[in-house]
Amino acid sequence: MTYVAPDGDWTKGPVETRFAVPDMHCAGCIAKIENMLPRQPGIRAARVNFSAKTVAVTHATALTEPDLLRAFDAIGFEAQPLLNEAAVERSAALKRLIRALGVAGFAAMNVMLLSVSVWSGADGNARNLFHWISALIAVPAVAYAGRPFFTSAFRALRVGTTNMDVPITIGVSLATGMSLYETIIGGPHAWFDGALMLLAFLLAGRVLDEMMRGRAASGAEALVRRTAPGAMRLEADGASAWVSADALQVGDRLMIAAGERLAADGIIEQGESRFDLSLLTGESAPVHAGPGDTATAGTLNLDGPVVLRVTAVGEARAIAEIARLMEGAAQSRSRYVRLADRASRLYAPAVHLLAALSFAGWMIAGAGWHQSLLVAIAVLIITCPCALGLAVPVAQVVVCSTMMRKGLLVKDGSALERLAQADEALLDKTGTLTLGRPAPEGIDAIPQAQRAIVRALAMASRHPLAVSLRQALGGADVGPAPLTDIVETPGEGVTARHEGRPVAMRRPRPEELGGDADERAAVALDLGGPAPIVIRFADALRPDAREALGQLAALGLPARIMSGDRGEAVAAVAGALGIAGQGDMRPADKMALLEAEIAAGHRPLMVGDGLNDGPALAAAHVSMAPASASDVGQQAADIVFLGDSLLGLPKAVRAARATMRVVKENFMLAIGYNVLAVPLAMAGKVTPLIAAIAMSTSSIIVIANSLRLRGAVK
Amino acid sequence: MNGLLILIPVALLLGLSGLVAFLWSLRAGQFDDPDGAAMRILIDDESPL
Repeated sequence: MTYVAPDGDWTKGPVETRFAVPDMHCAGCIAKIENMLPRQPGIRAARVNFSAKTVAVTHATALTEPDLLRAFDAIGFEAQPLLNEAAVERSAALKRLIRALGVAGFAAMNVMLLSVSVWSGADGNARNLFHWISALIAVPAVAYAGRPFFTSAFRALRVGTTNMDVPITIGVSLATGMSLYETIIGGPHAWFDGALMLLAFLLAGRVLDEMMRGRAASGAEALVRRTAPGAMRLEADGASAWVSADALQVGDRLMIAAGERLAADGIIEQGESRFDLSLLTGESAPVHAGPGDTATAGTLNLDGPVVLRVTAVGEARAIAEIARLMEGAAQSRSRYVRLADRASRLYAPAVHLLAALSFAGWMIAGAGWHQSLLVAIAVLIITCPCALGLAVPVAQVVVCSTMMRKGLLVKDGSALERLAQADEALLDKTGTLTLGRPAPEGIDAIPQAQRAIVRALAMASRHPLAVSLRQALGGADVGPAPLTDIVETPGEGVTARHEGRPVAMRRPRPEELGGDADERAAVALDLGGPAPIVIRFADALRPDAREALGQLAALGLPARIMSGDRGEAVAAVAGALGIAGQGDMRPADKMALLEAEIAAGHRPLMVGDGLNDGPALAAAHVSMAPASASDVGQQAADIVFLGDSLLGLPKAVRAARATMRVVKENFMLAIGYNVLAVPLAMAGKVTPLIAAIAMSTSSIIVIANSLRLRGAVK
Repeated sequence: MNGLLILIPVALLLGLSGLVAFLWSLRAGQFDDPDGAAMRILIDDESPL
């Protein structure tokens, strides 16, 4: 790959590319990226968004994505190009809502100030003046801040349905219009404060709701992101050029360097290497492939360069097949109707009916249309679902921020509702019940004095065993020793010289393994001693796996293993944990099993990590993934848990159930308030003052009740 | 009553300036990265400008 020098002048204009950098943890990382990246050739500026873990890089147009990724690599960070526009759209929607909330809040406070003066006895000209000022503030504010509700209600009415926004829209616009009329004729009651306070409370609920939803992104998006954005194509004349993934064609020959991700499915023509399939299967052991073998898009070439003949591109790739499965699975989940929506389906017609009844009743009693309409507005304002609109989002936001502090990231508010209903748990094996990475056994056999050499050898390779060894030694305050003549031979290992003596980290010879037919991966270390030190690697069970499954069972979620691994390997783990297990399952099998469970009336919780679990995670009633999961696993799961412990599973279930208890209490409180207030409103006894007090009290009670959830995650 | 004629516009203007300040900070991106803002204060900026 040749490096193209950026234009000296920026005549073509610098472009901005966004990258996801998940490894940013501290202020030091921010400083490092923002200061060091612009020193790389062609890069003008870098700006970190720590909350989203993204970096916006301003660079010369000539720089391609691999150049930029190498620049990240040079300063020690792994980055992934971000292509999703959807996230930008979502944050724009949230911004619109926050702006509307700001306007409604400002207007409500100022109008309330004037209303209090009216209620405390201002009359005559003063009252008229205050009403006029209120009108001047309220009418534009309602028109602006009410738009989210007006458009949603209009959409619902046009297709002949009704939602929570219809009574809100009718209530707010009738109240504003009637108050304007009262102001013009100099009447005693204006409802501007009620209409604005209603909007402010409801918008607060919407903002919280939108924040929760913003975190949920579609899994398929991430899937396409993880395949390489392009590849180096070998032309017929021997030249090579970088082409983007969508320009690749069947029959192209691609040069895949070590450490590169495949952009298309193909057959290897030259060279051999090992491939990391963890994105596809979740299995951590690399697979060896040589000429004639097939390789799949999304896998990572570990050892040496290979030439690949493309057999499938775009939608025909194996990875795209999984994306299709996931899309279908996600559609079945979208049929779940959230509790708040179910409540509003009953609520909206009831409110309309009550308001219409009051109007008709007062008309029949001979009160005249003016007074009847005022009563109907009072009913609409009183019943408008302030507390109901806050009941669910506030509880969810409180519990989610508490869960986040305990290492449980909830991506979607409805996930808590679904998790509270779960009645069985299906778990993947590799990477979920186990740590999903080879952990070295018996590194104590390496003499303390020689650990620095091993660390340095391990740092020279990006083979998973080397990475694991490096991590295991990393905690022991071992700096790498200086090595010379470092050579990495694909499939064989790393050789080098330390103070003149040859040292090596290599594949063990059969006799060194002691003759026992052990399937575990191993490396041999030649450190100058008489015999090499052999280190074996095994994928260990997560700590607390047994206890976590026991707690889940006690909560009424019996666990089962559902794995793509060999049957014997699954049976061994299942036996050790005392649960049932099934192996040799393809992604579609897992999905089919989950769909069968759902059809049988169960509400399965799926816990998995690999790309092969993606469709199952999306098809399950609710799903969780460890933070070590593939991007697709993390994106498809509703809840991601950090750390190695599985105890987050029962913790999350308990928190979800506590949330649903509080949400139901909130609903009872909101409905109880309506039962008390609606008869008063229908009797015509509710003035704007009473409405203001009733609305804010009920909302505050609901918020206070939700705050009890801060201690719910144990 | 005369006091009101001064006080009400003053109150409204103060409130309005608060709203404008909020909308400006929202537009200027001050709410884009709350976690990062908390972290940046810890960065030692050694390069003298």
